[in-house]
Amino acid sequence: MNPVVRSLRQVGASLAGAKAGLSARWHAMGPSQRLSAYVLGVLALYLAPWWTEIPLLGSIVDTPGTQFTTVLSDRVIIFVLVALGLNVVVGLAGLLDLGYVGFYAVGAYTTAILTSSHASLPWLIALPISIVVSMVFGVILGAPTLRLRGDYLAIVTLGFGEIIRLSAKNAEWLGGSRGINDIKHPPSIGPLKFGVVDPKPYYWLGLTMVFVVMFLLHRLENSRVGRAWVAIREDEDAAELMGVDTFRFKLWAFAIGAAVGGLAGVQYAGKVGFINPDNFPLLLSILFLAAVVLGGSGNMHGAILGGILVSYLPERLRNFQDKRVFVFGVALVLVMVFRPEGLLPKRVGAKKAVAAPGEGGSQ
Amino acid sequence: MRDWLLYRTFWDLTITGLALGSIYSLVALGYTLVYGVLRLINFAHSEIFMVGTFGALMASQEFLGIPMLEDGGYPYRTGFMLIVFLMFILLCAMVFSGLGAVALERVAYKLRGNGDLFGAVVLAFLTGFVVSMVFVDDTLANVIVAAILTAPITMGYMSLFRRGKQSPRLAFLISAIGASTAIAEAMAIWGPEKREQYQTPRILEKDVLFTFLGADVRVDNLIVIVGALLMMVALTLFVNKSRLGRGVRAVAQDAETARILGVNVDMIILVTFALGGVMAGGAAMLFTLVYEQSRFNIGFILGVKSFTAAVLGGIGNLKGALLGGLILGLVENYASAIFGGQWKDVVAFVVLLVVLMFRPTGLLGESLGRARV
Amino acid sequence: MKKSRVLRASALLIGLSLVGVACGGDDTSSDTTAAAGGDVTCDGLKIAFFGALTGDAGNLGQNIKKGVDLAVAEFNEANPGCQVGIEAYDSQGDPAQAPALADKAVADASVVGIVGPAFSGESKAVNGKFDEAGLPIVTPSATNPDLANQGWKIFHRALAGDDKQGPGIVQKITADGKAKVGVIDDNSEYGKGLADIVQAGLGDVAVEMNSLDPEGSDYSAIVTAAKDAGVDGIFFGGYYAAAGKLAKQLKDGGVDAQLYFADGVLDVGFIEAAGPAAEGSIIMCPCAPKDSNADFLAAFKAKFNEDPATYAAEAYDAATAFLDAIAAGKQDRASILEFLKTYDKAGVTKQIKWDEKGEVAGNAIYAYTIESGAIVGKPGLIG
Repeated sequence: MNPVVRSLRQVGASLAGAKAGLSARWHAMGPSQRLSAYVLGVLALYLAPWWTEIPLLGSIVDTPGTQFTTVLSDRVIIFVLVALGLNVVVGLAGLLDLGYVGFYAVGAYTTAILTSSHASLPWLIALPISIVVSMVFGVILGAPTLRLRGDYLAIVTLGFGEIIRLSAKNAEWLGGSRGINDIKHPPSIGPLKFGVVDPKPYYWLGLTMVFVVMFLLHRLENSRVGRAWVAIREDEDAAELMGVDTFRFKLWAFAIGAAVGGLAGVQYAGKVGFINPDNFPLLLSILFLAAVVLGGSGNMHGAILGGILVSYLPERLRNFQDKRVFVFGVALVLVMVFRPEGLLPKRVGAKKAVAAPGEGGSQ
Repeated sequence: MRDWLLYRTFWDLTITGLALGSIYSLVALGYTLVYGVLRLINFAHSEIFMVGTFGALMASQEFLGIPMLEDGGYPYRTGFMLIVFLMFILLCAMVFSGLGAVALERVAYKLRGNGDLFGAVVLAFLTGFVVSMVFVDDTLANVIVAAILTAPITMGYMSLFRRGKQSPRLAFLISAIGASTAIAEAMAIWGPEKREQYQTPRILEKDVLFTFLGADVRVDNLIVIVGALLMMVALTLFVNKSRLGRGVRAVAQDAETARILGVNVDMIILVTFALGGVMAGGAAMLFTLVYEQSRFNIGFILGVKSFTAAVLGGIGNLKGALLGGLILGLVENYASAIFGGQWKDVVAFVVLLVVLMFRPTGLLGESLGRARV
Repeated sequence: MKKSRVLRASALLIGLSLVGVACGGDDTSSDTTAAAGGDVTCDGLKIAFFGALTGDAGNLGQNIKKGVDLAVAEFNEANPGCQVGIEAYDSQGDPAQAPALADKAVADASVVGIVGPAFSGESKAVNGKFDEAGLPIVTPSATNPDLANQGWKIFHRALAGDDKQGPGIVQKITADGKAKVGVIDDNSEYGKGLADIVQAGLGDVAVEMNSLDPEGSDYSAIVTAAKDAGVDGIFFGGYYAAAGKLAKQLKDGGVDAQLYFADGVLDVGFIEAAGPAAEGSIIMCPCAPKDSNADFLAAFKAKFNEDPATYAAEAYDAATAFLDAIAAGKQDRASILEFLKTYDKAGVTKQIKWDEKGEVAGNAIYAYTIESGAIVGKPGLIG
């Protein structure tokens, strides 16, 4: 056999072997051991701003030309939140949404209006209000459109995202093309100062939000609502026949997805302090969708991985300079060709066994 | 709101709106054909159009050697020469777009199912190219390395394919998105004008031919409207009367049954893509005729609009693509006049939403699969 | 068997790490040339460029960086004991990418001054960071008037803002005696802002027209409206690509008005996009004509083999201010900031002297026109 193929096969085999080995060890561990593993993992994530200091690993992970921690707080954590939210819509409920950036924008703009241009509320108050407003928009979008079939929904949601962006751009009270600046930052908690220069507190805040959202979504996935979503995704007509109120549950998916998207928007606005309509282009919706599908739609961990890759790789690959978007496009095609179900595919049906709390959907 | 403007200039706006809409219609045909036959949204069709404009540029500037300016004015041509040149540019654009569509199908769509050699070669070359980019910054060196690596990687890819396994539909969409991004960026990086707008020379003198109810009808508008109609008629005849066309309709109706009955489904899919590409090439030539410019990302916006037009008219329906495109062109122009250029896209999407609420499968419904097209 | 698998896997991992290390280097360009002699000494200081070097607006950033490159090269040659480096932050003009780069600049203690940010959008996103860090900036191109009113103590501008350019344009149009002028914009912050100022200044002479979509190709609605209104002059606030399309479609549509534009259109790209329709257009700019300073023109041509383009000269002046500070012995951010407060010198474009908001003293607006397919400085400047 061809030597290249042979070595590729062997790399694949050793990686699979390593994965299987780890998987076996994982399942063999008792609950307390797993818990400590989780705690260590979470701790490592909180210590991410210092990963670049580690001797060999650090230079692989570091982003050339930009500040690693800022990439984490401004890009990665936002994309992870968004991917989690979009995963609910696309992955769990099976609704093709090409306008998710709209909810992200609504969250950001609501915060901006409430803390800067039309009122002077603190960020902490703006946070829940923005999430609720995003949910309302989710319902507004969903109600008339969820009766449409899959691909029609795609173009309608795309239009929705664009309507939001263009309305923001054209309306003076939303700042117009100028955008809104002086958005308030989150309040300082003890030694953590949410200022202009240090990105670490923002990263930690975002990371905490990610864990909270993961926990809530996991509960949701394993509830009646989550099962209804799986039923709708797998065969909507059958679900309808079995008595599942598909419309209501699809609307729920939209609303929850919108809420998480809005949350990401609030986090972004609070960090950068300035937003304008150009921050929310259609391209971003596409990137969000690519993140979820690349990582493995329907699988929370897959979505997170996808979000990390899509936000981190362009910054990591700054060496390619102008060519990095091209490389990204080629990478998308390659992954979809060889692994169309995503990097971490969901486990279809069957053994979604008695999972320990927080285990999620890893293989 | 300036509705008085609409009344005073209604017919001017209508003529130019129909011309713009004709271009949308031609591109919409590509989306509608692929959707009708495969039930897939070909996201990269917009870049097929862009490649066609590049073909038109190559044709007029390189192959025909027409300069941008002649003695400080436009390089007009007349009579027989003009027609020959225009036909040649049209042919080039169609060839560029058609080939692009075929290559796209082989790489991004067909690949997974049965392990196609051509697709594997292209992907292997790209993989080699990207890998070499990591180490060396010189394009020529990258091409050479990629060429060397193509053979072994191709063999590797061929053996890695899962034979006959179907992929989730979302995977096609993302793959197309990746391809679309890669093609546009490739044009931006290695194309003639990089990320700048590039111009095509004007060989047709844009006289006003006649006035219709107070509106000037220019020769280029007329050519676009008539040309698009002719191309659509040709396509409809092909789909309705030819053997391949019958195959297309058969596969659109029921691919499995068609396969059992002996239709070469893979070939039909290829033909479908090619047809869409050729139509996009025609649109590209007409586009460069009127606007005389293009850009690496021209496909993106036009693609979204054309796809909207296809859905508006009824996706999977050829006449629907025509209707949807024309309506969209008109709506954009009228909305621009009344509300301003910044709101025209919002109006267009709202119109789409309203139409879909009352007719969920578009104005004319889906019908490529039925005998009546 | 298992051992060889492990070995192969480790080899792969090591290989990947090496790739990572190879890739992990900075892609910034540090310009340090060693020489001999000279009286100023310094150690490892850098001036940074912040703006778009690649992407849609890359041309503009490239021009600016060349101005900086020239100034620094001349300084380094004259002062062998003090070799100043250049750090380039490529934001692609994108306010979403800018913060991560800005943090890097702030964290790099050897960066003592920034020429940039080049665009107003990214300025709004990051100037606050520079302000908090006390890192002085001089922008050679961001003309948005708002920027000077944010209270940033580090902010300086090397050219007149749009609040000066607007009245200059109004003055020119009025001087040309136009009776009915259509005012069009591209709905961008820059274009709309400028168009609003011009419209207000023209008063009754102005005919308000709709915005156009710079990404779109078809402006027939606007052309129709202009023809219907019978304007004898048109002002468009926006950038060169859209301006070119507009000019061409206006002329083709039979609109015979005099076309006026602003600094965003002052680029060869306008002539390319508009073709013969560009002829006779008037373009205003707070940037000086390239032949206004013969020495600068000659030096630029010698180094880059091309003429300086838009904002290159302003960038040269900006960099010179920083370099003069270094030469005067001010070698950290705080003292350079102090130095800039009282800086008063004739640059290649204008008198470089800043008020307390960071606006520059020399406020000339120049008028250019397109003649025989080339940009020509029109005699009889404004301001």
